[in-house]
Amino acid sequence: MGLFTRDTQAIFWNNNRSAIQRMLDYDYVIKRDKPSVAAIVAPTSSNKFDKFFFGTDEVMIPIYRSTEEAAAAHPNADVLLNFASFRTAYDVTMDALKLPQFKTIMITAEGIPERLARIMNKTARDKGVLIIGPATVGAITPGAFKVANIGGTIENIVKSKLHRPGSCGLVTRSGGLFNELCNIIALNADGIADGVAIGGDRFVGSVFVDHLLRMEKDPNVKYMLLLGEVGGREEYKVIEAVKSGKITKPVIGWCIGTIAEHFSSGVQFGHAGASANADEETAVAKNKAMKEAGIHVPDSFNDLPHVIKGVYEELRGEGVIKDIEEPEVPPIPEDFAKALKAGKVRRPKHFVCTISDDRGEEATYAGYPISSVATPDTGKTIGDVISLLWFKKVYPRWAVDFIETVIKTVADHGPAVSGAHNAKVTARAGKSVVESLVTGLLTIGPRFGGAIDGAAKYFKYAYDNNMSPAEFLNYMKKQGIPIPGIGHRIKSVRNPDKRVEGLKKFAKEHFPSTPLLEYALEVEKLTTSKKDNLILNVDGTIGILMVDMWRALGYSEEEIDEFIESGTLNSFFILGRTIGFIGHVLDEKRLGMPMYRHPFDDILYDVQKAEEIK
Amino acid sequence: MAQRAIREYDGKKLFAQNWDKYFKGLNYPFESVLVTSGEELLKKAEEPGYEWLKTKPLVVKPDMLFGKRGKNNLVLFKVNKPGDVTLEDAAKWIDEKRSQETTLLSGQKGVLTHFIVEPFTPHKEDEEYYIAATTLDEENDVLYMSAHGGMEVEENWDKVTEVKIPIDASDEEIEKLIKANIPADIPEDKKDVYAQFAIDFYKFFRDLNFAYLEINPVVIVGNNVYLLDLVARLDDTAGFMMKDVWGDIEFPTPFGMPEKSPEEKAIAEADAKSGASLKLTVLNPEGRIWTLVAGGGASVVYADTIADLAGGVAELANYGEYSGGPTTDETRFYTETVLDLMTRKKDPKGRDKILIIGGAIANFTDVAKTFTGIIQAFEKYADKMKDVGVRIYVRRGGPNYEKGLKDIQEAAQRLGLPIKVFGPETHITDIVRMALEDDKAKA
Repeated sequence: MGLFTRDTQAIFWNNNRSAIQRMLDYDYVIKRDKPSVAAIVAPTSSNKFDKFFFGTDEVMIPIYRSTEEAAAAHPNADVLLNFASFRTAYDVTMDALKLPQFKTIMITAEGIPERLARIMNKTARDKGVLIIGPATVGAITPGAFKVANIGGTIENIVKSKLHRPGSCGLVTRSGGLFNELCNIIALNADGIADGVAIGGDRFVGSVFVDHLLRMEKDPNVKYMLLLGEVGGREEYKVIEAVKSGKITKPVIGWCIGTIAEHFSSGVQFGHAGASANADEETAVAKNKAMKEAGIHVPDSFNDLPHVIKGVYEELRGEGVIKDIEEPEVPPIPEDFAKALKAGKVRRPKHFVCTISDDRGEEATYAGYPISSVATPDTGKTIGDVISLLWFKKVYPRWAVDFIETVIKTVADHGPAVSGAHNAKVTARAGKSVVESLVTGLLTIGPRFGGAIDGAAKYFKYAYDNNMSPAEFLNYMKKQGIPIPGIGHRIKSVRNPDKRVEGLKKFAKEHFPSTPLLEYALEVEKLTTSKKDNLILNVDGTIGILMVDMWRALGYSEEEIDEFIESGTLNSFFILGRTIGFIGHVLDEKRLGMPMYRHPFDDILYDVQKAEEIK
Repeated sequence: MAQRAIREYDGKKLFAQNWDKYFKGLNYPFESVLVTSGEELLKKAEEPGYEWLKTKPLVVKPDMLFGKRGKNNLVLFKVNKPGDVTLEDAAKWIDEKRSQETTLLSGQKGVLTHFIVEPFTPHKEDEEYYIAATTLDEENDVLYMSAHGGMEVEENWDKVTEVKIPIDASDEEIEKLIKANIPADIPEDKKDVYAQFAIDFYKFFRDLNFAYLEINPVVIVGNNVYLLDLVARLDDTAGFMMKDVWGDIEFPTPFGMPEKSPEEKAIAEADAKSGASLKLTVLNPEGRIWTLVAGGGASVVYADTIADLAGGVAELANYGEYSGGPTTDETRFYTETVLDLMTRKKDPKGRDKILIIGGAIANFTDVAKTFTGIIQAFEKYADKMKDVGVRIYVRRGGPNYEKGLKDIQEAAQRLGLPIKVFGPETHITDIVRMALEDDKAKA
């Protein structure tokens, strides 16, 4: 019997998505009925399951908070793949050992404290549980079950013939060389029947001889390959087993680290376990002892392929190894992200974005890295950022300054306006900043703040159609609409709005030309002659100057109309006033004002008894 | 990593800090300082709590992880007769020792820099006991006890009692095992106190995650315990859970080990900052064969094979590895460091230099990504590489290896660097054979 069967199922401790996906890809290639991962344990996850591909389909693998829960729900899963870090791997193993369910526990963490590793390993031995690791990539029984990342990519697995049983039993310490050996055995023989990387730490749960004795009894294993390392005495246990006849199948052996011979001390070649404390622990001594015991030992690692080929061909000649009929390998669906990267697939996009990009080293605003517009030394302001993100253009200084002037001008208008009032009432009801803010913003529209849009729209219409100010007034009268952007509650010709004065002054000084403003001022002359407070107000000035700005920047009339139609002008008001609303909301929070209730005496109650309709 | 030696002074400090918890009923007068110069010692003597430096006769020893200091004549305990060393004598001796190179009987050489200074403890030779503990194997620790401590303990090893203690033994079992094995030649009136000390010593060894702990000699007078000489190694993998107990303990470079070169230090620093693994040891800067190998196991195999096929290590310049999915930048930096070392001088015999870019079939490292870093380094060093005549041999497999191999081949050709590139169908170390055979063909 190999280490695993086609029915073996594991519980995977830690949601290591890529390793789990590789196991399921393997399952698909070898046509397993059930996924080899029954459940995932992830103590801090809030998900109940995760999805993985099984061929082209997806399967759901349940996630549990504890090994105990997972084991109870999946009583047939007798392998625990412990992918916890070196800090927690010991606790995870010890918890699992309290359950009678697990036959095999594989531990990947490197650098578990030696005392803990020894206690963990001994507890497992006493309970008859097989530990693989720590510090390992795991084990594989080709055609049945593979642990996590062992064997590498699925392409390599098929190339190294790890998708179907061969005839070699392989045991190594190193995980990286395990793959390499599978490749060498596939190139020079018929692949492996069972393989384990025992792990690189000084104290590992199962050692070479444990696995080789198991393989001796496994009828699928016809010969064995042991790749040892300098340091430790584990290879001598194998030599003993060969000498005493406990191992009768041919064994090929090699210890890496013969290089250490040439250096007195100080250079650490390889793993933590790989340091010779005595002469017999050197790779050279162990290779010699193996050879003397009748193990097939090459002269150098570079000759290992020939030795493998020799042993394999001999067994084949004797009829011990039969030719293998290669199974059909289903095409492995390529991972979409990978295929996309390789330019092999395409797909229509569901969203389009033309303003910013977060895929590169640093996110950009219309092609400009954020850092190039963010800090004061860049000389850029919030107006520049708006020109990039709203208009995808780098506006000249005067236009950027104007945008910023607008934002500052409309930032707030006291607590009494409907939006600010709403925001304050909501904040006092104990709602969050964002909830309070949106109740304020939701009042912005045709009656509140909307005059910017309206002014731009109607003044532009009149100007484009060559209406005289008088014709325009008449036109609006016929439409039954008060002219947007005209009129103020208290300000008048004699008491002008300083905000408006500022905007006009800036435009006069910095705009290349202001034709629509000139026109609007003509209109204002007419309206103020009728009533003193029918002045061009701040909303009107902003709307009209925006049109002048865009014209000076070279936008076509169609483009400007599109800005107006899509609500761009109102956006300046929304953005600016958000600053004020947030101020009011934070003000309420700081003041800790109680829930607001409107006084009875401020409401006109006129409630009639409802008429009954029969 | 794993087992690392600490200074005698630090070992004794750990005893002192944890004494009351482990050694109840016994008393350890911790009087010990670690200094690097005579001046520092004189200054220390002025600090409160260190008056004993002026009032007691002293003993001075280098504290640099090597043993047999007595046999090396590196213990100052007398000027004219034992126990007459004054503070001034000690300071003078320290300054004398640190001003010149010292060669040990073992042949290790170096300058002494750290000294431990303690009071001279007069005692009889038969009061010198021995105790040590180590992590023996998978199942057992072992405790060594002897009534005959001192310099000759190895010669008297037959008098040492070894007690195997199962790692999961309970306190009662530990006590029973130790009491049943107290060396017979410890005087009757000392047996109880020695047994108590041995039991406490083992628990202290175990709980503080020592891998090896030896006191030789330990002198017990009444309830007073004197730890005269100490050797200790800690299991540094336990560091994360021992922070509070160990504090900022130092793991010094052993005496006589050559200091790391600036390049090795730079790689070690990059390694410490990275999640990946970057290791570099320069074996022979004049060497002709340089390696740039991915993976710990593979790096060993390449070094082995070079030694096997080149008839020794005379030509092997470095040993090292990069692994664990290093970023493109990390690989570039690592490669530049190797290329820089390799292109400083031409081979004195005018032969080509060989660069082995090797690796096994990776489990998850993206080969193309790491090779991008190597190519960037090629671009920077191409001219220098051509000046000293570098031939490149590449062998690698793993995720995205086809692209990686194609990229590196194209880059080398574009830069005019001779290169041979192989994938997993070629045996991992066969490029070493090819490189050496090409040498012969050229010669």
